[in-house]
Amino acid sequence: MDSPRWLAPLVSFVAVILALAIGAVILAIIGGNPFRAYAHIAGAAFGGLGVFSDTLVKATPLIFTGTACAVAFKMKLWNIGAEGQFFMGALGASIVILAGVVSEDASRLVTLFAMAVGGAVFGAAWGFIPGILKAKLRVNEIITTLMLNYIAFALVNYFIFGIWSEGGFQMTRTFQRAAWLPRLSDLAEQFPIMRGLTTHAGFIFAVIVAIIAWYILFRSLWGYEIRLIGDNPRAAKYAGIKITRNTILVLMLSGGIAGLGGMSEIAGVIHRLQGSISPGYGFTGIIIAWLAKLNPLIVIPVSILFGGLILAGREIQPAGVPRLIQGVILFMLIASEVFLRYRVRIARKTA
Amino acid sequence: MDNLIEMKGITKRFPGVIANEDVDFELRPGEIHALLGENGAGKSTLMSVLAGLYRPEEGSMVVRGEPANFNSPRDAIDLGIGMIHQHFTLVQSQTVTENILLGLDEPRFLMRLGRYDEQMAHIGDQFGLQITPDAKIWQLSVGEQQRVEILKMLYRGVEVLIMDEPTSVLAPQEIEELFHTLRSMVDEGKSIVFISHKLNEVMEIADRITVLRQGKVTEAGIDPATTSKAELATLMVGRKVLFDLQVGTSNPGEVVLELDGVSATNDKRLPALRGIDLKVHSGEIVGVAGVAGNGQSELGEVITGLRTCTDGRIEVNGKDVTNQSARSSIDIGVAHIPEDRTHVGTAPNLSITDNIIMKKYRVPPLARRASLDRDAAQDMAEGLKEEYSILAPSIETPTRMLSGGNVQRVILARELSSQPMLLVAMQPTRGLDVGAIEGVQRLLLEQRESGAAILLVSEELEEIFILSDRIVVMYEGEIVADGVEPDPAKIGLLMTGGLSAQASERGL
Repeated sequence: MDSPRWLAPLVSFVAVILALAIGAVILAIIGGNPFRAYAHIAGAAFGGLGVFSDTLVKATPLIFTGTACAVAFKMKLWNIGAEGQFFMGALGASIVILAGVVSEDASRLVTLFAMAVGGAVFGAAWGFIPGILKAKLRVNEIITTLMLNYIAFALVNYFIFGIWSEGGFQMTRTFQRAAWLPRLSDLAEQFPIMRGLTTHAGFIFAVIVAIIAWYILFRSLWGYEIRLIGDNPRAAKYAGIKITRNTILVLMLSGGIAGLGGMSEIAGVIHRLQGSISPGYGFTGIIIAWLAKLNPLIVIPVSILFGGLILAGREIQPAGVPRLIQGVILFMLIASEVFLRYRVRIARKTA
Repeated sequence: MDNLIEMKGITKRFPGVIANEDVDFELRPGEIHALLGENGAGKSTLMSVLAGLYRPEEGSMVVRGEPANFNSPRDAIDLGIGMIHQHFTLVQSQTVTENILLGLDEPRFLMRLGRYDEQMAHIGDQFGLQITPDAKIWQLSVGEQQRVEILKMLYRGVEVLIMDEPTSVLAPQEIEELFHTLRSMVDEGKSIVFISHKLNEVMEIADRITVLRQGKVTEAGIDPATTSKAELATLMVGRKVLFDLQVGTSNPGEVVLELDGVSATNDKRLPALRGIDLKVHSGEIVGVAGVAGNGQSELGEVITGLRTCTDGRIEVNGKDVTNQSARSSIDIGVAHIPEDRTHVGTAPNLSITDNIIMKKYRVPPLARRASLDRDAAQDMAEGLKEEYSILAPSIETPTRMLSGGNVQRVILARELSSQPMLLVAMQPTRGLDVGAIEGVQRLLLEQRESGAAILLVSEELEEIFILSDRIVVMYEGEIVADGVEPDPAKIGLLMTGGLSAQASERGL
């Protein structure tokens, strides 16, 4: 009855191919040339060092939010607040700079470290609130994490419209250079090929965070507890595991990872706090976590694929096409689950 | 008198079990016919066949002289036969009237329910069923919800009402009310099949009694006036062929487990344990006999730290462990074979390895600081898979793929390999086939040999008789007898509340 190891990847691969085929049919129906469209998407996302570098920039926040969601989902905690936690992380990292927690003369290492701590702490706080509400009062975390998104947006707006508004615009001043994550283009003097490459060190951190999250989930005692609770809370209780404590801790870990994503985005790309720091990375993270089957290591390639699709969205008219493909891929992958769970057999109804 | 319903030669098989074998059953108009038997005797299955829920493999049914062949419960209801199951099928957020109308073709379009409310109240009055038609289900007590289920059937014009263990969820005064309702229904010409394993109730309410044991009728249509509780208990429990098991003699040592006046409530916060006193010595198996739902589950849970006591004291090896956590219970060497293998005992989607290490992952060799040593875990799982003959493709197989017997072996491997000082074994052989049962029983005896104190909770009286060094009987949250001899008739009476503890001390 056990399904062989190769079945799951094969089914996923076939699902993606089918999704692309369906996308092609839709493109053809609306009068486009699917082959040219796909070629263009591939070119716009992966067709050269420059664009691939931009793809990685887009993939970086997705790795953070995808990992954040995967960690929480593994315990069946439906954190759909990665977006708000991402914003809170950005806010926490900004406070470090703008409230003068580190001086303007501090070294880059100290500044960035303090920002990362600020981002992680603020993100984790945004996970702690739904965590404690669920653990102590059994409040549904789907509702609380969703609602906290809007509070996070409003909180960021309060700072950028008011306190830190730069000359009346809805953004803060640009951070000092010490608060910028190093980019590949910083190395252009030694390696001319790096000129203009925007990929920043946040990508490396994202990959490291994903690897650590994978280690926690699949190789640590804590991860074993998380997986046990996720599969059967009653068995976990019977094995002497405290579910309330883990609910709070796991949501804090998830929020902290998403918060690091927010820090990475403003330190690596935007260099200031503003209203539009995310086109919904936190929500895309939900999709990515599912597509990666809640495995943080698989989150990395899936995020790069999605980063490419987001980037191609700018190049292609209508811009909705890559989104459509995203949607169809997700649909097909979820539908393909049925082949992993059940053995399909044609049977005649017996009278 | 002509029979209203005749079931002839009914055989119903499920994969691996025969639930009913060549069963005949007759129901006369206007009678309350009790179907008596142990859990798993096939009472509910037989009545589910009559209610159109199951199709029998063999046998025929005649209703009012006409052959009947049901494809669905709807067909049965069309012929006036309805069944109320142990677990109610009501929509919590809807009103009584809405629940009763659910699935019917009325009202056609507009939800003007006022008219129906009156109608419901009227039918209720007729049969002595007090209900509030516009109350929501979640506001009602269990007894009231049961009345709604009965009303649902009456509204559908049911003439034959089958009630599956209707009293198991009720408080004593609610039982009286139910009996009153049942009698007024019979007065109105309805017929009732009353499924139960409680002798007192059956003797009180039934006009005739049919006893089932292991899927077969042991005696049909008994008149309660001509029988005794002792006779019924023997018919119900009977004797099975004993296995060829070398039981040996026990050698009890020090007291390992001591309960002193322990009380606790169940999940519905109703009293489940009432002042339990119990001692288990090392090297001894104490068997707890009782009909399911008399507090055995809660007893196992308070000892293993899964439920808090409201009163009393629990000691293990002389140390007070009252209301300790499940974690510290594991740490001091209490092993627990839970009643519910799939929902409590295992994480079905995780591998055999992950299920084997469930209680040992915190300590070396499995734990290396905060990391889990996967090689050590796999070695342990491979070793135990071999030792306990767990049949599975590999140790990475999720336990949901395993048969019931193999899931139980995984649990036994995990619990017994830690050389527990105290073993709480809840229904350890329930649902297993004969070979697996014998294997489990052998393992329990081995544990006794190596000095463990064992508390064995089982609904199988035979099992308790074979394995126990001392037998206690639980009824309604109390230990009604401690150290009774293995006499099925007497224990059957104690289990069903037909005999008080004092009477048993006087020697029946």
